[in-house]
Amino acid sequence: MSAIAAPAPRAGRRWWPVGLGVAALVAWSWHGTRVELGALLSGAALAQIAAYLGRLFPPDLSAVALRNAALGAWETFAISLVGSGLACLIALPLAVGASATVLYRGVLYERRRPGPLAGLLRRALGLASKTVLAVCRTVPEIVWALIFVFVVGLGPLPGVLALGVHTGGVLGKLFAEVLDDVDRAPIEALQATGAGRLAIVLYGFLPQALPQFVSYALYRWEVNIRAAAVMGFVGAGGLGQRLYVALNLFHEHELLTLIAAVYVMVTLVDALSAWLRARLV
Amino acid sequence: MPGASWVYELAEVRKAFDGVVALDGVSLAIERGEHVAFIGPSGAGKTTLFRILNLTLAPTSGTLRFDGADVAALTPGELRRARRRIGSIYQQHNLVGRLRVVHNVLAGNLGRWSLATALASLVRPRELETAARALAQVGIPDKLYARTDELSGGQQQRVAIARVLVQDPDVVLADEPVSSVDPALAAALVALLRDLARATGKTLLVNLHSVDLALTGFPRVVGIRQGRILFDLAPDKVTPELLELLYAGSAPEAQDVAALRPGAVAFGKACRPLPGFTR
Amino acid sequence: MARPAGPFPASPARPRVAPLLLAALAGTFALALWTAEVDPRRLVDPRALSHAGRFVAGAWPPRLDPEFLRFLARPVAETVQISVMGTVIAVIIGFPLGLLATASLAWRGILHERTLGRWVGFVPYALARALLSLFRSIPEYVWALVFVRAVGLGPFAGVLALGVAYGGMLGKVYSEILEAVDPRPLEALHAAGARRWGVALYGLLPEALPHLVSYTLYRWECAIRASAIMGFVGAGGLGQQVELAMRMFQFDEVLTLLGVLLVLVGAVDLVSGRIRARLAT
Repeated sequence: MSAIAAPAPRAGRRWWPVGLGVAALVAWSWHGTRVELGALLSGAALAQIAAYLGRLFPPDLSAVALRNAALGAWETFAISLVGSGLACLIALPLAVGASATVLYRGVLYERRRPGPLAGLLRRALGLASKTVLAVCRTVPEIVWALIFVFVVGLGPLPGVLALGVHTGGVLGKLFAEVLDDVDRAPIEALQATGAGRLAIVLYGFLPQALPQFVSYALYRWEVNIRAAAVMGFVGAGGLGQRLYVALNLFHEHELLTLIAAVYVMVTLVDALSAWLRARLV
Repeated sequence: MPGASWVYELAEVRKAFDGVVALDGVSLAIERGEHVAFIGPSGAGKTTLFRILNLTLAPTSGTLRFDGADVAALTPGELRRARRRIGSIYQQHNLVGRLRVVHNVLAGNLGRWSLATALASLVRPRELETAARALAQVGIPDKLYARTDELSGGQQQRVAIARVLVQDPDVVLADEPVSSVDPALAAALVALLRDLARATGKTLLVNLHSVDLALTGFPRVVGIRQGRILFDLAPDKVTPELLELLYAGSAPEAQDVAALRPGAVAFGKACRPLPGFTR
Repeated sequence: MARPAGPFPASPARPRVAPLLLAALAGTFALALWTAEVDPRRLVDPRALSHAGRFVAGAWPPRLDPEFLRFLARPVAETVQISVMGTVIAVIIGFPLGLLATASLAWRGILHERTLGRWVGFVPYALARALLSLFRSIPEYVWALVFVRAVGLGPFAGVLALGVAYGGMLGKVYSEILEAVDPRPLEALHAAGARRWGVALYGLLPEALPHLVSYTLYRWECAIRASAIMGFVGAGGLGQQVELAMRMFQFDEVLTLLGVLLVLVGAVDLVSGRIRARLAT
């Protein structure tokens, strides 16, 4: 049968340049990190890892070690809990400031724009809020921890502050996006009743946004607990600090106990967060 | 008729899901090359029967023979090979939206191809001619490289038919293939199915929502109600009283009423048949 | 306006959160506050304020001499390379485990009507899930600690740590994405006699691939932040420089490093965001 002229494949979005770029990036990275593929393939690296892991077993299950691990776990849990609370306190006002829809643009302002000076001030406030949030969330938690250790000394407090500030930045941005994406229809309906802007924010924006806020905050808690476990490494208390001590004293069995404690705690918080999110949202 | 030419033999086939009985003792025999339409109200068990016939569902009790072999006794490998000989067309087309039409059509080969071939074909389609020919047979040759979810419902159903053509089975089963397509197009699609089946001597079994399409298009009509076969007759023997019995107690769908009396207007799902609708 | 006559339906009793639960939550939070040594007075302590002043004074202006900036090129490149290779290894670990951990492929759903298939498929599924949970519930820095001691200092340890920890996260999300795919096209392929890999290749992957890639890119955004920090535990990158600078009280260098980090993260977010936007169409 004569060849049915197969139509030329439609020029799809050209993925080739992206693919090549990615391949080049990977090749360059491989070279730079000296990922010893030979070592990996031949199992030499795996053997090294296995040997080291072997030295860690069995975990130190003496009363002293377990108590240390438990205290450390509770401290880390406390740091993450209080830190998350602080983050919400920081995030909420900044989010309102960073939300253009609440401050100067969008459904609330279509009929009556703020005056020229007021408008300028509001935009400046928006910009300032967004900048503060960006700084807070780009500086990694552990760097904040270092800074706060320098300012207030060692212990769990700098950890709380570091988590609060960093997570506040992250949550603030997310909250602001939620506020900006709020459904218009209820807002318009409230406007039609002649309510003032503040009342509309309370009755229209917040009820819609709150469930999302809670969901994001709980989700960030899962990230926080991991960060809190590690911040102790620079002196901010919790399991991280104890890990640092155990490492430097070459208490390898206790190290394994502590790592196990980290695993248990992280799993617990993940489960708690998921359960709360299912119940509350 | 000699048993050697039975393609399907069902004896007292029963299927229950968690206590709910979907099929209640169905006995049926289909000859090679027959064209049969199945009609009945929603929930009567037509789709369950379809799934049992295309070997993706096992009966709870009773015997099912496909081409003489007892299906329950087949090994997984034999079962898969048996499935390859049965082509299925679904109401919701069941195509992979993000793939291009050519890949969906060539997926009919998956029972035959090796992993390497299947993988290679995704990059550069193998057996392009077969796919193009199948699409031409169903009337949409120009859609070969279109993204499947960009086609209309009727066009997607044609792609599904093309996929079955590429699979080249001995039996074609269709579960309400035209229910989500507008009625004018529906008749054309059913006619297409029948022509393709007749040209290649395939057995064709179709579940239909529209009684009209069944009675005008098929030499054998089976009515199913509440998991049992109510009648198994030639269309001229199917009386309006039988049809009333079949659909009794179920609110006629708007399509049913329109099909029985073209131009009839239905007021919502719970409408009663308009007076004087008997043929 | 006169009230309409007649009895009103009583307002439904507001669902009260069990007072015991509330007390427990409050108690936990109070205990956490105490453990975390949250004492606002510490923040306004004259020593703390003087330290804060020293930090701010020392940090501004940031160190911008060309010699320093040129010196930074290596750590920056290393950070990017660690993030890329780490993500690559994470995909290599996470994808197969994710496939195994997908219930609809392993033991549930249309592919497994025969009971034997169910049990045989369950064991690797359970193992894969357990492994993924272990990998992702131990923070990447803790993995880095272990790998530094196993394979030595440097970026290789960082790559492995990222690979394992993120492999766990990728695997879990991959399995969730695969399970959420519309099962009906899969049923059609199965009915046509395709084997399991046929169903996966033609049915699961085309639908799931954009989501899989999108999430992987998102993980890369997280990886660049994590790589920057892993230097703290000796795994190379910018983190090592930040730690050095803080220890030597060179706050102006710290500020520069943070600025560089900001730019780096922004660039990665931009590239990743562009690709993800294209995928979404």
